[in-house]
Amino acid sequence: MNDKDNGNRDSGTRRIVIDPVTRVEGHGKVTLRLDDAGNIAQARFHVVEFRGFERFIQGRMYWEVPVIVQRLCGICPVSHHLGAGKAMDAIAGVDRLTPTAEKMRRLMHYGQVLQSSAVNFFHLASPDLLLGFEAPVETRTIIGVMERYPEVGKWAIMIRKFGQMVIAATGGRRIHPRLCVPGGVNQNLSVEYRDNLRRDVEPVLAWCCQALELHRAFIDAHPELHAEFARIESHYMSLVAADGGLDLYDGRLRAMDAKGGMIFDGIPADRYADHLGEEVRPWSYMKFPYIRALGPEQGWYRVGPLAQLNCCAFIGTPLAEQARRDFMAQGGVRNGGGPIHATLAYHWARLVCMIHCAETIRILLHDDDLQGSDLVVTGEKRLRGISVLEAPRGTLFHHYEIDEQDRIVRANLIVATTHNNEAINRSIRQVAERDLAGRDISEGLLNHLEVAIRAYDPCLSCATHALGQMKLVVTLEDSDGTPILSKARG
Amino acid sequence: MPLGTLQFTIDGITVQTQEGQSLIAACDAAGLYIPRLCYHPDLRPAGNCRVCTCRIDGHQAAACVTPVRDGMVVENDTPQLNADRLALIEMMFVEGNHPCPYCVASGDCELQALGYRLGMTAPVYPFFWPRHEIDASHPDIFLDRERCIACSRCIEASRMPDGKSVFSYEGRGIAMHLHVDGWGGLGATQMAAIDKAAHVCPVACIVIRRDGYRIPNGQRRFDKTPIGTDIEARRKAPPS
Ligand code: SF4
Ligand code: SF4
Ligand code: FES
Repeated sequence: MNDKDNGNRDSGTRRIVIDPVTRVEGHGKVTLRLDDAGNIAQARFHVVEFRGFERFIQGRMYWEVPVIVQRLCGICPVSHHLGAGKAMDAIAGVDRLTPTAEKMRRLMHYGQVLQSSAVNFFHLASPDLLLGFEAPVETRTIIGVMERYPEVGKWAIMIRKFGQMVIAATGGRRIHPRLCVPGGVNQNLSVEYRDNLRRDVEPVLAWCCQALELHRAFIDAHPELHAEFARIESHYMSLVAADGGLDLYDGRLRAMDAKGGMIFDGIPADRYADHLGEEVRPWSYMKFPYIRALGPEQGWYRVGPLAQLNCCAFIGTPLAEQARRDFMAQGGVRNGGGPIHATLAYHWARLVCMIHCAETIRILLHDDDLQGSDLVVTGEKRLRGISVLEAPRGTLFHHYEIDEQDRIVRANLIVATTHNNEAINRSIRQVAERDLAGRDISEGLLNHLEVAIRAYDPCLSCATHALGQMKLVVTLEDSDGTPILSKARG
Repeated sequence: MPLGTLQFTIDGITVQTQEGQSLIAACDAAGLYIPRLCYHPDLRPAGNCRVCTCRIDGHQAAACVTPVRDGMVVENDTPQLNADRLALIEMMFVEGNHPCPYCVASGDCELQALGYRLGMTAPVYPFFWPRHEIDASHPDIFLDRERCIACSRCIEASRMPDGKSVFSYEGRGIAMHLHVDGWGGLGATQMAAIDKAAHVCPVACIVIRRDGYRIPNGQRRFDKTPIGTDIEARRKAPPS
């Protein structure tokens, strides 16, 4: 935790506010407080939206929740549908789904991670990476990227479309699908969908690999920038399978320290609260989770693609495993073999995960279990259900408690952006100190902060992908809080 | 024309039917759809919702409670009547809480389907935002009164086919709401999941527990064809 960032507004400081931050999901706001000497006194990433869906679902019947939560939050509807679905299995007393049900959900999940990661990488991040952080704002968009790199436009559209087709094939529609019922699913994969997807998965996999190649060219051209921009050393947490391999849908929790040592491992979802605490700070709706064993000061960590690669021992699909080894080897050069700490490496890791998703989908599409008809298992009701999965942005917990009449009495959701809250604050502080302090605040410089935030692909509880069209208001305030400069763009 | 047969016209189409039929039943049999909400073919008509209102010999009347008469002239599918029906539907939406996107009945709900059929888009009336707790006291059925449109189907079904009197209304006017005959909620009544009353609700007010969402998107009653299509299909079918 950053002590300086927790204080109240001192006199003798001025504030720069970026509100809303563009090309992230939903509305956030950055405030930077400069002291009289022009140094950064405080850097904060606020989440100003509050949807309160944990309250909203109180009193509803538990089997309604997988369908309700994806509507209320809209961050990544499919991940919430699956997260709540898994938690409702636990409440329905079902610990093991039928192979058809388990694989249908996996297929949907990998389709969702693929399409959502494609949106982050191509639409939101690639304009900065491929055109430059300070390229003119009018051209620093996916359209600008497509003019320079037409193939990127094709990848962006086709990979996303494929992921959405997977979601539609499993859940009936591309957004807000319905698949999960407590203890299983409501349909299997039709042969028509399967055959169409089988045909399309090959080029999608190839495009993911080509996108990684293009990204590697960017890294090779800017090794220092890639390694140092917004870099912070942190702990990492993600799910891994029983054998230590990458698993985005199910598994046990593992946390590693900044040097690569194990903090905890093999933790089942329903024990998460024994190992993670959540700190509340008055200036943000978003909580600050921490690893209990290390305390709130030292226990913050990162989740998401970077954490997934840092934590897993291997990836069980060949192309992604090769890509993972290349990725970790870079860490070997810089860190003596430890975790990768570069914040921009989130994008590289995201591309490795996209390759893994495409490979996993290919395997599933050749699995006859997906045409099975044994869809639902029943069990003995329990009053509590907790689930975890690796959503596109990282670890997602759903925790529900019900009463004897099946009504929700308590819900707690921890989304990836919440896990990354402290890290995002630290990254923007690092960028602010390095790039902004004492300089004239240009639009391009402000974008540096957004580049740091976008690496985490945060969702701030709004449903829309803003695609760079959201209005950006920059306000500079004097020490009394009076705005002395206001810039708007977009 | 055999004895007891009557003839009338609706929107210029001549229909032959038997004496003693209601207008809505006669039109259903002839494959002509009159929009309706509270009417259920297995239950005694109540004439509550007025969605089936037609112009009959120059006067407005509810088709479900109007017997056919020989020579009567009916207007049904007119812009004005459909606009009035739409207004009724819109009022029902705002009087309750109807979050269709995640409702368990979505795609299978007669209110929603009528909204689609009549061209409902954005809300035009202010929302009432009623608050009712879910009655989850029954082991097999739950009652979500925020969705109730006071059609009285359940009341009728509970009395006649079931012979139980589980449901009635309480209160008056806008405050009227569904009442169950049992201290402690539905669980304290004689209601059973196999009762007719458990299966006639046009919306998601009386719902069988744990059954929801089992039918996938796109495979529910009104997902592919608008409400009333089944009735209209009878007219197109060749006479048997
Ligand atoms: S009962 Fe019908 S109209 Fe009401 S929310 Fe459910 S689907 Fe919509
Ligand atoms: S509960 Fe259903 S059937 Fe009964 S009055 Fe309300 S809407 Fe009609
Ligand atoms: S259907 Fe005739 S009044 Fe309701």
